[in-house]
Amino acid sequence: MNKELPHRNPIQEDPWSSLKAFTTARIALGRTGTAIPLREVLSFKLAHAHARDAVYSKLDITLLMEQLQPFHTGTLLLHSSAADRQEYLQRPDKGRRLDAESIKTLRTLPAALLQKDVAIIIADGLSATAMNIHTLPLLTQLLPMLKTAGISAGPICLAEQGRVAIGDEIGELLKTKMTIVLIGERPGLSAADSMGAYLTFNPRIGNTDESRNCISNIRREGLQYAPAAGKICYLLQEAIKLQLSGVGLKDNYEETRQLKS
Amino acid sequence: MAYQHTIQHKTYTFADLRTLLAKATPFRSGDALSGLAADSYEERVAAQMTLADVPLKTFLQEAIIPYEKDEITRLIIDTHNQTAFAPISHFTVGELRDWLLSDEADTLTLQGLSPGLTPEMVAAVSKLMRNQDLISVAQKCEVVTRFRNTIGLKGHLSVRLQPNHNTDDPKGIAASIIDGLLYGSGDAVIGINPATDSPQAVVQLLHMLDQLRTQFDIPTQSCILCHVTTAMEIIQRAPVDLVFQSIGGTEKTNSSFGIHLALLEEAHEAALSLKRGTIGNNVMYFETGQGSALSANAHEGVDQQTCEVRSYAVARQFSPLLVNTVVGFIGPEYLFDGKQIIRAALEDHCCGKLLGLPMGVDICYTNHAEADQDDMDNLLTLLGVAGCNFIMGVPGADDIMLNYQSTSFHDALYARKVLGLKAAPEFEAWLQRQGIMNNKGQLQQVGKAHQLLGYSAG
Repeated sequence: MNKELPHRNPIQEDPWSSLKAFTTARIALGRTGTAIPLREVLSFKLAHAHARDAVYSKLDITLLMEQLQPFHTGTLLLHSSAADRQEYLQRPDKGRRLDAESIKTLRTLPAALLQKDVAIIIADGLSATAMNIHTLPLLTQLLPMLKTAGISAGPICLAEQGRVAIGDEIGELLKTKMTIVLIGERPGLSAADSMGAYLTFNPRIGNTDESRNCISNIRREGLQYAPAAGKICYLLQEAIKLQLSGVGLKDNYEETRQLKS
Repeated sequence: MAYQHTIQHKTYTFADLRTLLAKATPFRSGDALSGLAADSYEERVAAQMTLADVPLKTFLQEAIIPYEKDEITRLIIDTHNQTAFAPISHFTVGELRDWLLSDEADTLTLQGLSPGLTPEMVAAVSKLMRNQDLISVAQKCEVVTRFRNTIGLKGHLSVRLQPNHNTDDPKGIAASIIDGLLYGSGDAVIGINPATDSPQAVVQLLHMLDQLRTQFDIPTQSCILCHVTTAMEIIQRAPVDLVFQSIGGTEKTNSSFGIHLALLEEAHEAALSLKRGTIGNNVMYFETGQGSALSANAHEGVDQQTCEVRSYAVARQFSPLLVNTVVGFIGPEYLFDGKQIIRAALEDHCCGKLLGLPMGVDICYTNHAEADQDDMDNLLTLLGVAGCNFIMGVPGADDIMLNYQSTSFHDALYARKVLGLKAAPEFEAWLQRQGIMNNKGQLQQVGKAHQLLGYSAG
């Protein structure tokens, strides 16, 4: 019988782990031969698994409807023309447009629900996980702020398989001055539950990214709900004042806040 | 001119060369998105059979984007070298494929041929090649470039050290650079994607990189991957080694990047005038990637792989040190999964090499693509065999600023080990002097007292 190998840890640690204090990059991983030690391989795999699960996650419609009920804004359930996730990933054009049934829903709304200042759209984007987590806490901050600022909002729209530009068609049909699209951002290895907010003045099909303002990285470890809602409300007010959004609308929220305090 | 092919009484007609090239392209999601892909498996093969019979001379007569409309078409036609083309001028595309794989087409012959090839000829022949052919032909090519070291020699694999940081913090960037150098990476370039394109921030980072390089006398070059206009603005007051720019294969794509040929010419002249290279004058670093033209709505009805190869005509004009195809960064709507990413990378590498470019590949994917590190391992191994000039080295393969996954310093060591490849000779000698690598090319355990660990970024 062969003799058992001596029990010796084959991993060579790197003597510069103190540098980890300066970056979240995966440095000083150590090695076995030229390979990354298994503990680091598995930690990377776990982060990727979270990101993959987020990409394939679904809006929890029952939960969201229940959570939005107390706001008394009314809620509309909409769907893009991308049939499923596979199509959504390969056909960005379909994720930007509503399906026929959603168009019908919006066209048959009573006039009292139309022509508000802003349409609020909740879209899954690339992380429905983010939306299931952040929709309620963010709207809890945002809706009272809008009310105080005298900005009227239409029914909240839940858009499945939606991209940012789906807001343009929704806003056009709801005849609102603006849209705010809250959407799950592309998951990275460091965060799979990041929400983005895109503001568009004068929403029209065919609008491009230059005509929008974006607030990114809304999550517990990133941009917190209160400042995020404050920023959105500030940008909406500025957009009404200037009658535009996008590159011409500068985000001076921090400066304005500092002047006030 | 229309092209036709009949398979069992069914006649396929392709309206023009542009359509034929698109329909003959192995399937990828981007061509489906643009509506240019073949409608059936049979139509694709019919197109490939048709393309195989097209004489190479046709490519000099039928421009896929009109000469009057596009400055890259003008560049391709005006710089075409008839003398270099002469030996293969009687070939069809199919004959070119068979000849490229023959023993007659050796390294020297292919080097001499490259000014006679146009991007469209090369794109066409690559569409008829299997992955194996793309590797075989690329492996015969050798494109060597120099600035402070020698990159692209056969039997060598260099690494761009990519120490990105989400806020451009100099200490955070330095930490990743030290990590990479101690893992034997950084001979292609130490290249940072800045989080902000502000000239002041770029100047600061350039000084930091230059100071680090000179302090440890590292035979390599640095680059901040800012817009070419930013580089030109600061070039007189900052240590610019290489000028970077993303480029595309149509004039319209380049307009969307805010560039045109004359601007690149000006930047090239400015970088040359600094005379910072010690052993060579290749001063440009270009990045490309299939899908950029479609993404900018600027593809002019041309499939994404042909657009990509046309961008190599732009690169070729400015004798770059490095050309990097960032293959999986663009997302699944252009390259859906590992299979498509791998095929595209092998095409880009082979086509670039045939056109005489120092090709490297960012072997990478995003989290919404159907790919993972296993796919990257496959591609890395294939490209190592194909003789790729350089790859990326990102700490743990996880880019914390650009939020995508590439190859790690460890991955580069793996490829060098299993394939017997070496770092650039000057850099390898430096690694040995530093006690980072022994003379067998194996990584050494360095102590806490190593001088690189005493570095502190200002």
